[in-house]
Amino acid sequence: MSPTTRPGAPRRRHRIAGVITREEVLHVARLARLQLSEDEVLAMTADLARVLEHVEMISTLDLEGVPPTSHVVEVENALREDVPIPCLPRDVVLAAAPEVVDDGFAVPSPQAGGDG
Amino acid sequence: MSEVVQWSAADAAARVAAGEISSPELFEAYRERAAADELNAFAWVAESAPEGGRGDTPLGGVPLAVKDLFCTEGVPSQAGSRILEGYRPPYTASVVSRLAEAGAPLLGKTNQDEFAMGSSNENCAFGPVLNPWERSRVPGGSSGGSAAAVAAGLAPWALGTDTGGSIRQPAALCGIVGLKPTYGAVSRYGMIAFASSLDQAGPLTRDVTDAALLLRHMVGERDPMDSTSLRFPEPIELPTATRLGGIRLGVPEELSGEGIESTVLEAFEATLRVAEGLGATVSACRLPHAPHALSAYYVLAPAEASSNLARFDGVRYGLRSGGDAGLIDMYTRTRHDGFGAEVKRRVMLGTYALSSGYYDAFYGRAQRVRTKISEDFAAAFADFDFIVTPTSPTVAFELGAKTSDPLAMYLNDFCTVPMSLAGIPAISVPNGLGRPDGAPEGPGLPIGFQIAGPAFSESRILDCAHALQQAIGFDGSPARA
Repeated sequence: MSPTTRPGAPRRRHRIAGVITREEVLHVARLARLQLSEDEVLAMTADLARVLEHVEMISTLDLEGVPPTSHVVEVENALREDVPIPCLPRDVVLAAAPEVVDDGFAVPSPQAGGDG
Repeated sequence: MSEVVQWSAADAAARVAAGEISSPELFEAYRERAAADELNAFAWVAESAPEGGRGDTPLGGVPLAVKDLFCTEGVPSQAGSRILEGYRPPYTASVVSRLAEAGAPLLGKTNQDEFAMGSSNENCAFGPVLNPWERSRVPGGSSGGSAAAVAAGLAPWALGTDTGGSIRQPAALCGIVGLKPTYGAVSRYGMIAFASSLDQAGPLTRDVTDAALLLRHMVGERDPMDSTSLRFPEPIELPTATRLGGIRLGVPEELSGEGIESTVLEAFEATLRVAEGLGATVSACRLPHAPHALSAYYVLAPAEASSNLARFDGVRYGLRSGGDAGLIDMYTRTRHDGFGAEVKRRVMLGTYALSSGYYDAFYGRAQRVRTKISEDFAAAFADFDFIVTPTSPTVAFELGAKTSDPLAMYLNDFCTVPMSLAGIPAISVPNGLGRPDGAPEGPGLPIGFQIAGPAFSESRILDCAHALQQAIGFDGSPARA
């Protein structure tokens, strides 16, 4: 596996290197709306560091001027006529919900707690 | 009824058409086998054959096993996850409906790695699936239940999905055929999403003809319910080739050396000689960016997954936990309790890669690497009809062997991820048996041979695979015993 950096090209290094701190893990978990136990935080810090170290290989490539892929097969916009079509009946959809109040999904109060 | 299990799916369909067996009888024969499954391949098995004989259909009523992540109306569809406990979707995935209309009724739902994240089928809320060739070993993943079911003769054929190798790798490890179609060729409507720019449904079958027959009825006009689906330019032909005259096979040096088990490499080299014997020319080629595909993939796929899996929040379906301390508490507790370790890892990885300050370094760069990989393939296809590699770097490994090291597990996808990033079709065909390096004496384990071609070259790939299959003469019957 040889990195294909152009000889002499400046290496753009980003701060990826195998360090992800406990604080970063907790921050990302908050962003991902994921509660982690203490054991999970420890394991996650080690696992992510190991994977990120491997992923960091791409920081050695010279990608100046290379456009990012947005879609692998060339396609035109997929548009349809703006005509309403039937959707699933409300009672059918609500049947799968953990809790229903009146005609909607019931959730705990967004005001309680407060850790956004 | 034991004779039934020796027929390929195409053979079974032909026998139904000829009146040798009725489709309800065929369904029941497989239903009994699936219900007696000892491999944990099935998460759910139909209780009875669907109403009415469908012997007059193109697929003859030959029953189909379907990976759990395809939504099936009124039938449990959990994508192998606790977070979808009790979920019975109110609609059916387009491809499953299409196949049912063509005469392949739903036999059962197969186990998988949770949300298709894994290469061993050990990340599953319902426990691991066992490899029918050696039950102490993994069947591969994430479509491990589909692969094991077909290999063991618990289903005539099956549907799986492939994001970075999840059809091809388990097919290789179980000694069957698995095909990942061109991205967009098969509708994703009703597939519980993992990484939307990569996910693609495809067949897992006993032989190449069965794969062609099933694929023929999966593709066609674009599905108005999936804006990324594409019209397939021509019908899928059933393969007939027995020679490979004039076919140019390219062997990328980046994917056929370092890190590949010797038994797998020997089988690969031997099949290259077989291909030459059939008239093909075999030459080395370069895919200079392929060694970086895995790194790019493990940015892009988790990034997309972290976004797709945001919908599992305890509000509309499945599991709900916590909530005493408010809405956020309910979200975070539900996701803590509902997701397994690997899913949490990927959600975290993806969220990190997309977070402020890291987006360009990770996601932006990975999308540029993806462009380079597509360009590498395009350049190679100027000189070659197909790119061939081993499918998986190893044969099936022992259960638990790689669960403590996520990176070791990810390396299983080394040879399959480049094609996924480029959106091109690729097939894995059985390439004989071998013992893993350093393993004690014992019966051989299946090895896979991968053939990749340009977008929409499925019929040609199937033809090439058919010729090789005839010449290799793989015998899958020990797994069905």
